[in-house]
Amino acid sequence: MARVETTSQVLTGAEATAHAMRQIRPDVVPVYPITPQTPIIQTFSRFVADGKTDTVLLQVESEHSAMSAAVGAALAGGRTMTATASQGLALMVEVVYIAAGLRAPVVIAVGNRALSGPINIHGDHSDGMLARDSGALQLYAQDAQEAYDLTVLAPRLAEHPDVMLPVMVGQDGFNVTHSAEPVALLADEEVGEFVGEYRIPNPLLGGEGPSSHGVFAMPDSYFEIRYQLVEAVEAAEHVYDELAAEYARRFGRFLPAIDSYRMEDAQRALLVLGSAAGTAKDVVDDLRGEGERVGLLALRLYRPFPEAALRAAMGGVTRLGVLDRAVSPGAYPPLFSDAHAALSGTGIELRSFVYGLGGRDLSTRALRQVLSELAAPAAARIRYVGLRGEDDDGES
Amino acid sequence: MANLKELALLEERAPGFYGGHSLCAGCGIPPIVRTVLGSIPGPKVAISATGCLEVATTRYPFTAWGVPWIHVAFENAAAVAGGVEAAYRALSRRGALGAEPVTFVAFAGDGGTYDIGLQALSGALERGHRLIYVCYNNEAYMNTGIQRSGATPYAANTTTSPVGSLGRGKSERRKDMTAIVVAHHIPYAAQAAASHWQDLGRKVERAAATDGPSFLNVLATCPPGWGHDAKDSVKLARIAVETHYWPLFEVVEGHYRITHRPLHQRPLEEWLNLQKRFSHLHGERSADLVVRLQQELDEGWSQLQMRDAADAEWFRAQEEAGA
Repeated sequence: MARVETTSQVLTGAEATAHAMRQIRPDVVPVYPITPQTPIIQTFSRFVADGKTDTVLLQVESEHSAMSAAVGAALAGGRTMTATASQGLALMVEVVYIAAGLRAPVVIAVGNRALSGPINIHGDHSDGMLARDSGALQLYAQDAQEAYDLTVLAPRLAEHPDVMLPVMVGQDGFNVTHSAEPVALLADEEVGEFVGEYRIPNPLLGGEGPSSHGVFAMPDSYFEIRYQLVEAVEAAEHVYDELAAEYARRFGRFLPAIDSYRMEDAQRALLVLGSAAGTAKDVVDDLRGEGERVGLLALRLYRPFPEAALRAAMGGVTRLGVLDRAVSPGAYPPLFSDAHAALSGTGIELRSFVYGLGGRDLSTRALRQVLSELAAPAAARIRYVGLRGEDDDGES
Repeated sequence: MANLKELALLEERAPGFYGGHSLCAGCGIPPIVRTVLGSIPGPKVAISATGCLEVATTRYPFTAWGVPWIHVAFENAAAVAGGVEAAYRALSRRGALGAEPVTFVAFAGDGGTYDIGLQALSGALERGHRLIYVCYNNEAYMNTGIQRSGATPYAANTTTSPVGSLGRGKSERRKDMTAIVVAHHIPYAAQAAASHWQDLGRKVERAAATDGPSFLNVLATCPPGWGHDAKDSVKLARIAVETHYWPLFEVVEGHYRITHRPLHQRPLEEWLNLQKRFSHLHGERSADLVVRLQQELDEGWSQLQMRDAADAEWFRAQEEAGA
């Protein structure tokens, strides 16, 4: 059911995201500038200034206020999006938790970037991981095209009656936000029809009667209300699968929760989030050419964690290298911990690799090395790929 | 301005704020909220910061609010209100809502306004949202157990500015929050007190009719926090006004006007003596503290009088122009 693409433009991930926002035509977009997210809001501000969307753009004084205004706008009854990165997301996190708890379906575009200190503006997943347990859903795009497609898909996921949660759409800072590549945009009307009308129960404006949002819950009710949040996040996996299928039917682009690449008969595989998938695919292709049975799994859906789908995707893999672009000092890093729990009892051996903190490049040579290490017994509890001193051969 | 009978009738027909909440007996907040909501014509949405008002009125599964209400966190009532107002603009302009205008009113305590909420308030004022921001100012963090805030007056005894062998109560002067707000060049700001409910009601009406942000700093008595009898709540607010501790004035487009001039300035001791938070100020040993407090009041009042006099002509011209 593939369709003929009408518009393909050379765009960065940030610009592609701004186009998706223009086509979604959110009612309210409260934003605050931060590298490397800024080109999203700059491009979007230009669209508003040129009358390409009638969004009310709020230039707030901090990301904390951006997310606060977003929760107010979303629960008032307007479709709401915002964008942030790094310290901005860190400042927002208090309200991201509240947005999830109050079931405010705000879409948050994230240009994933390292956290201070020292301050660093480059690609890294530490900011996303800080919000990991907030109840906000998390999607990670591999490239500009996916940043666009996942952003178009996000409002439907956020606003689904079984979900009603914020959705973060992550794209690696600079690797995706600032890298230009051909992006096939949908027609404006197609996006409009796909996202449809924004509807939430009991909005502050235009509701059936007065409703109170954000009330005070004592120990006799807080647990149950939080449990409803857990159920909603878990329900989002199925909703995502359905939306991905619908998106493929309508627009000919299929973005399953897990991107399984050359996993047929694979014995060793890598598990990644985000832009590392592109480099990893090249390496897998090369090694397959050399007769090695290797494959790649890239998660597009990170929260909820697609546990059963991951198990099903493993096939005959015996060793899985999990690549984290974040750390959890004093413990295993987040993606590894999630995968380890999901695959416990399967007999698959998991290895933890940390790479790319603060924008350190991940080379094809380093990934070849990781896959070749997977063929041998583990050399370290956690391998820091590209770290000077530990990994002088890994190249940086 | 609605009279008391009209306000009561309005409350009976469509209460914005019901009884049954758990605010303390003698708390200054409920009469402020009821007067504010009762003085705004037409539909309204209330936005609360975390604090006494929020905690005591929305214990799940109950709510005291008869109007749409939202609370998100402590430091962001103004930002949330701005978001709600922005959604209103977006929905109105594409015809998704009825024609009747909606008023947005944010309620936050002094902690949520003077301190942790100052940045969000400043941003919202600068952006020019059409909303009324009401600070119910009880001059300390009462909800968490009477800790000092930027609004706590000099020498007041709180749990974090305690009187002890060295401590003499709060050693810093309170901020002039109303002046900070006025510096944002917003169209309307005022100070009010629940004791003068008609004055408060008129200010709310003026704020509601203002096309842009407006700010009301309303003194709210607090029996446990100030250490006064519940029955003295209204009396104490009146004394605050009449000692010049809390002058009633408004600032219209930057022009000051005193809205209530006490016939006689009452002695500061009448204000201090009714409150346990000032009980250490009795006697010679604390005379210097009282002198400093009195100086602060006198300076404030004389500055206000000068501003009022300087702007009198502007107000006369406005009235003549029928504004």
